[in-house]
Amino acid sequence: MPPWIERQRHLMDYTLAAMARRWGRNLGLVAVYTLLVFVLASVMMFTDAIQREAGQLLEQAPEVVVQRMVAGRHDLISADYMDAIAAIRGARQVRGRLWGYHFDPVTAANYTFMVPAANAPPAGRVHIGAGLARARGAAVGDVLSFRGHDGALFSFDIEGLLRAESEIITADAILLSEEDFRAFFGIRPGLFTDISLQVRNPREVTKVAEKIVERFPDTRPILRSEMQRTYASLFDWRQGLVLTVFAGALLAFAILAWDKAAGLSAEERREIGILKAVGWETTDIIAMKTWEGALVSLTAFLLGVLLAYGHVFGTSAVMFEPVLKGWATLYPRFVLTPHVDLFQLAVLAFLTVVPYTAATVVPNWKTAVTDPDAVMR
Amino acid sequence: MIELRNVSKVFNEGRHNEFTAIRDVSLRLADREVTVFTGPSGSGKTTLLTLVGCLARPTVGRIRLHDRDISGLPERFLTQVRRHSFGFVFQQFNLISGLSAVDNVMLPAYPTGRPRSGLMARALELLELMALAERADAPVEWLSGGEKQRVAIARALINDPPVLIADEPTANLDTAMSRDFLAILERLVEQGKTVLMTSHDPLVYEAAMVNTVVSLRDGRVETVP
Ligand SMILES: Nc1ncnc2c1ncn2[C@@H]1O[C@H](COP(=O)(O)OP(=O)(O)O)[C@@H](O)[C@H]1O
Ligand SMILES: [Mg+2]
Repeated sequence: MPPWIERQRHLMDYTLAAMARRWGRNLGLVAVYTLLVFVLASVMMFTDAIQREAGQLLEQAPEVVVQRMVAGRHDLISADYMDAIAAIRGARQVRGRLWGYHFDPVTAANYTFMVPAANAPPAGRVHIGAGLARARGAAVGDVLSFRGHDGALFSFDIEGLLRAESEIITADAILLSEEDFRAFFGIRPGLFTDISLQVRNPREVTKVAEKIVERFPDTRPILRSEMQRTYASLFDWRQGLVLTVFAGALLAFAILAWDKAAGLSAEERREIGILKAVGWETTDIIAMKTWEGALVSLTAFLLGVLLAYGHVFGTSAVMFEPVLKGWATLYPRFVLTPHVDLFQLAVLAFLTVVPYTAATVVPNWKTAVTDPDAVMR
Repeated sequence: MIELRNVSKVFNEGRHNEFTAIRDVSLRLADREVTVFTGPSGSGKTTLLTLVGCLARPTVGRIRLHDRDISGLPERFLTQVRRHSFGFVFQQFNLISGLSAVDNVMLPAYPTGRPRSGLMARALELLELMALAERADAPVEWLSGGEKQRVAIARALINDPPVLIADEPTANLDTAMSRDFLAILERLVEQGKTVLMTSHDPLVYEAAMVNTVVSLRDGRVETVP
């Protein structure tokens, strides 16, 4: 083996032996540091995953949704509107949608009842989202009961669970037949929640929307592109929040690093003096301290990231629940689709491993360049 | 052969606390001999050893080691010369606590990249020579003063340097242990080592194996018999 590799091995051996002497302190350091990486990585993975899922949600949304407004509030829309909208040039797949929310006192959560565009279950049967199934402890074949608009008890056989790439879309969903939906919410035939449509040429979306408002002044068309903008600004806002957390964590980290930089004890100074006196070069000492810093920060980084992965994708970011309280009670728990952005991870690694290692090396470097004759005194 | 020509060492040069510890010293130190620097406390003995041992550079003058001028070398080369030419036994021993005796002995060899297995064998061999074989794995802070010094000697010998430098080697030892130390030294001289020591202990500078005693006072050489 070439001497320089053997040399690095010696330096690493020494680093490990030296660190083992202060194992309590080093363990504490790794623990604090791991916690820091854990929080940062959790926030990062969580927002990233949510953002991706929201993007998927929007991709599946219709291009235009038409709502009828009464006194500034969303109201049911009559099927008559559908024929007139279908007559507008460029509008296709005009469809009346039926959906609504129902608060379930058993799990204290809101569920979304929907009549799917295709493959609706037969009357008396439902398909439910995975999050809901978990919340109610229900499985295929079980019976699910809710009280309808008039207080009457409705029981549905669970025919199937919704399988989706992304649970956030379907977690709280209950798909049922049109007949059941109308009976449950007390909505007369010929009325719908809203109307969805596609537009043949994407550039004509605005024009079609204008024509709809012109023809029906009491409607409000909602464009997918608008929703995308709203989501984007919502996430911009969130990212600002995340950035604040990030800045706070980095500050804590800087303090940690600073503390280390300032805390080169007389004992450590003496040790460096001895090593230099017995023939270590300044570069040997710096290499040894680089190993030390890298060992601590890499261990903490890997541990923190693994824990964050488990936290976000295993427990659905259970520790963020207080922060997202309003949202979490509105929706049943969902499991995020595991996904890790390697670039973000690399940035996190760079922001944590490099400054820590530098903070370990720099004060030692200052000591290491001093004359070694100090140990004789 | 180590040769000092008009060597001076000034501390804190140009500042109000400027202090000249070595003044215009010229000396020739023969190979394979034992030289003892003696003199009162503060006379510059330790400072002179740091200059010869490449731990510090002279302010003025030249130091030659086997016809090579080492006084003007950059730090990196100075370190290499020190590593290969000198082994140090410090007055306070300067072992690294928390590490075992054998780990301490191997320290000076780490930068050379010598394979670990051979290095370990050599370190254990040296500890055995110092009658410390059974203490090899003990943390050094558990050892007695005499044992610590013998670990320090083993450490000084790990890179097999031709010159051994010891600063007040008996200052922390009782008479019996001091005699043991001199016995070890005698064996090393027989093996061909050059020994440079400081001491104001008569037990040392009056020992039979000492070839030369250099007496210092106020940074100057008083007598070279
Ligand atoms: N780094 C230093 N800075 C200032 N003065 C020093 C330094 N090192 C040694 N001295 C001074 O130089 C003189 C000689 O010291 P030293 O060589 O240790 O003497 P000895 O070993 O003979 O007791 C002493 O007065 C000491 O205070
Ligand atoms: Mg002294």
